[in-house]
Amino acid sequence: MMIDILFYFFATVLVASGLCVITVRNPVHAALFLVLAFFSMACIWLLLEEEFLAIVLVLVYVGAVMVLFLFVVMMLDINIARLRAGFIRYVWVGVGVAFFIVVQLFFVFSAKQSGLVDAVPPARHGADYSNTEALGRILYTDYVYPFEIAAAVLLVAIVAAIALTMRRRPDTKHQRPSEQVAVRREDRIRIVSMPAEKKQ
Amino acid sequence: MIEISQLLVLGAVMFCISMAGIVINRKNVIILLMSIELMLLSVNLNFVAFSYQLGDLAGQVFVFFILTVAAAESAIGLAIIVVVFRTRQTINVAELDTMKG
Repeated sequence: MMIDILFYFFATVLVASGLCVITVRNPVHAALFLVLAFFSMACIWLLLEEEFLAIVLVLVYVGAVMVLFLFVVMMLDINIARLRAGFIRYVWVGVGVAFFIVVQLFFVFSAKQSGLVDAVPPARHGADYSNTEALGRILYTDYVYPFEIAAAVLLVAIVAAIALTMRRRPDTKHQRPSEQVAVRREDRIRIVSMPAEKKQ
Repeated sequence: MIEISQLLVLGAVMFCISMAGIVINRKNVIILLMSIELMLLSVNLNFVAFSYQLGDLAGQVFVFFILTVAAAESAIGLAIIVVVFRTRQTINVAELDTMKG
């Protein structure tokens, strides 16, 4: 009963913040509402006894991705008024499309053949069950190759993001480490032989 | 107890909200990226719900990979937005209509 109340509370917050993300005028507010949505979703996952993913969602999304979003939103000088032009005209299209998808999915879920209506919720795990441990055990054995590929994807993303946004400005002064390392003795000093001067 | 149908309906509602967000905010690339993040989140909810119902950890492993790919996607997408804004001084989708950089 308590779990149900918590679930409906978090689900309400999630839907409300999702609606705010797509309708608020200021992109910074939209990013902050998206943070709220991620938090509510993490709480719902906690209710489902999936602690590891809930924590990963908070750490990775709220901690890293949304901070990146906020950086970019604040870095760009965006003219919001021009981006909002035609908003009212598109609202009805958006609401219509969303409504029809909701109706279709409702029919799918409520169909007798799907077997979802009278599915019995699973029993809850005991206090000694560790979701992180179970997930780690399966991740490092059965799914170790996809895990490596995920690491490679992250590496490629780092390289791509840096390569895309890096720029060389010719008017700024900066060091060139390769030339500094490659320098030889002859480039720097010159030994000249000159006669000693007489003592005065 | 939470039933799987509740979770699936919540995921469907979130998916439709983000779908409507893509249609409504079709000029602002940043809000579009946020809508895509929201959409991936609702898809993740479906994976988590079935993992919960069936007692199978594979769904959670897939959510893990989807989170990884989504983080990479948003990092590269934001980098592209920064580069586009630097060259064009706008992120309005309607004005980004030439291929020349």
